[in-house]
Amino acid sequence: MEVVVDNKVLEFVADFKKPEASSEVRKQAMAALSGMDFPTTRVEEWKYTRVAKYVKRKYKQVQATVNVEDYTIEGLDAHELVFVNGYFDEAQSTIKDDDAVSIQKIEELNEEYYSDVVDGTEENVFSLINKAYQTGGVSVVVKKNKKAKHPIHLIHVVDGEELIANTRHFVHLESGSKAEVVATFHSKNSTNSFTNVALEGHVESNASLTINKLQTEAKDVLHISNEFFVQDEGSNFLINTITTGGILTRNGLDVIVEGENCHTEMNGAYLGTENQHIDNHTIIDQLYSNCTSSELYKGVMDDKSSGVFNGKVIVRQDAQKIEAYQSNKNILLSKGANVYSKPELEIYADDVRCSHGSTIGELDEEAVYYLRSRGISEANARQLLVAAFIGDVLEKVENEALRAYIDKLFLTDFGWEF
Amino acid sequence: MLTIKNLHASVEEGAEILKGLNLEVKAGEVHAIMGPNGSGKSTLASVLAGKDGYEVTEGSVDFDGADLLDLEAEDRAKEGLFLAFQYPVEIPGVSNVNFLRTAMNEIREYRKEDKLSAKDFLAKVKVASNLVELNDKLSGRSVNVGFSGGEKKRNEIFQMAMLEPKLAILDETDSGLDIDALRIVSEGVNKLRNKDNAIILITHYQRLLEYIQPDFVHVLSDGKIIKTGGKDLALELEERGYDWINEEIAQ
Ligand SMILES: Nc1ncnc2c1ncn2[C@@H]1O[C@H](COP(=O)(O)OP(=O)(O)OP(=O)(O)O)[C@@H](O)[C@H]1O
Ligand SMILES: [Mg+2]
Repeated sequence: MEVVVDNKVLEFVADFKKPEASSEVRKQAMAALSGMDFPTTRVEEWKYTRVAKYVKRKYKQVQATVNVEDYTIEGLDAHELVFVNGYFDEAQSTIKDDDAVSIQKIEELNEEYYSDVVDGTEENVFSLINKAYQTGGVSVVVKKNKKAKHPIHLIHVVDGEELIANTRHFVHLESGSKAEVVATFHSKNSTNSFTNVALEGHVESNASLTINKLQTEAKDVLHISNEFFVQDEGSNFLINTITTGGILTRNGLDVIVEGENCHTEMNGAYLGTENQHIDNHTIIDQLYSNCTSSELYKGVMDDKSSGVFNGKVIVRQDAQKIEAYQSNKNILLSKGANVYSKPELEIYADDVRCSHGSTIGELDEEAVYYLRSRGISEANARQLLVAAFIGDVLEKVENEALRAYIDKLFLTDFGWEF
Repeated sequence: MLTIKNLHASVEEGAEILKGLNLEVKAGEVHAIMGPNGSGKSTLASVLAGKDGYEVTEGSVDFDGADLLDLEAEDRAKEGLFLAFQYPVEIPGVSNVNFLRTAMNEIREYRKEDKLSAKDFLAKVKVASNLVELNDKLSGRSVNVGFSGGEKKRNEIFQMAMLEPKLAILDETDSGLDIDALRIVSEGVNKLRNKDNAIILITHYQRLLEYIQPDFVHVLSDGKIIKTGGKDLALELEERGYDWINEEIAQ
């Protein structure tokens, strides 16, 4: 983050509706914005992801509605919360009978509690824009020792050109509770629009949260996502991030592990075509002992698409007996595609087991030939191999209804069968 | 069924490996090809099966009226050619059974035949895996991943049984098999033999030819077939090696 001379950020937000300033979170975010600039590729964290041309544009905030049926997932049986262009579409949303879950508008989130959870964390210009100018979102509480009866499906749709959707959510799992969040991102007629979403949460002791994120927006949408979670002792956090959409996508995912015996798992599959750019930046910050983490990100990049994986694991001095596994594998299907992969370990403790690896390669031509020699066309042989490559990430999605939805999507979008 | 005339083939770096090879295989026949290491046996199999990286500089191959060398690898398979590889590759994540289903559907489409029903397909899997006593678990696992050397070879013959080729080329399918496996695989191959198909066995060992009796035995040396005989030739080769043939030719 750089200090500014002429303030591009304030110019960027100038036409956004001024929210009622009763919220401390908004006030602080607005105040912080005046000292910010948009990142350039000179900033290490944004070295390979160039946002300049997108943040020069002007975006409008336009409330709209959609037909929820176009976006529901068959058999998911979920609480359905619909957000169109960043606005909560209550009329299209359905909250089911579920005594384990309380779902309210994000405004209802207790700000003192929130500030306490995020205390000391670093914001960036996009998360601050989100928090200052968010137009909708939900605060979900899963009650102590209860298991949500239905998954919570957050449906995000961008409908219209040159819009910004600032949606902000917070998911709070009280101790011993369990829930699954499915966050999907869609778009229509969305040329040059911008999804700027913040999804945050707190997984209290012995609670277990699974998030499945599926981003299938059109290849003309800018998508910047700031995901931040705090884990308390004995908790489980699993996120699967599947990205096929967007012209430029940045998934910024930070998890701070603030207790012993936690497990953190992050998996990602990203599939780039045309000129897409897909950037996954993850941080797992281990503060306490006896925790495990596992990360598996796989990318398949075609045409002139580019991918970025930056996975940082920090093991603080007092965090002993940490086991951290990280793997990033990529297949380039065309000469014009590329990937920058950077696993980073920052270890200050002495008794840790960490492994990381990253590969960037092409399809195994011997395998392609083997399949062809059995009568499979070259195109089908390549599809089979790509599907096999990405399949082990998709297998992390245990929810069968969602998995079926994803399989169908991959079949229609890419012709890949699993 | 297969007529190879004066076949010359080089690797892309330029070295000529096949140097004027002639071979005629008729329906119902079994031909064995023996010969020293590096003589070009696998190269012949690769050139016939359409592997990239070889250039045919002279000669022709006719496969039941089709110009074999003009076809893509997958179309050669669709025309009924099968190669059991000397070194089958491992393909993580691609299930044996699933890829065979894809292959068989493509082949049937090419031949304008109806799709195989799921039930018929599974019945076929059962028969084929029983034929070579391939464990049920292996037929469903990723192609060759974690298979022992012998299991990989059985898997090749399992695939042959599924695809029912007109012409099968088995490249050293016997090497790496223990004596029981050799018997099982050989019996499997014998059951697949009929008057309409043909088999080319590439091998170093006479013992395979005791199980699968060949009609002809050819010696391939330095890219050419230098001698052809009946199954007794294999016995003689086992006893005397290859050098005497060259001496004989020299005289
Ligand atoms: N792709 C290639 N590039 C360079 N040389 C090759 C290539 N393929 C084969 N050769 C060479 O061609 C010759 C014949 O090889 P080939 O594998 O056909 O022998 P083979 O008769 O099958 O031997 P073996 O009995 O050991 O299996 C060898 O000298 C080999 O090194
Ligand atoms: Mg060989």
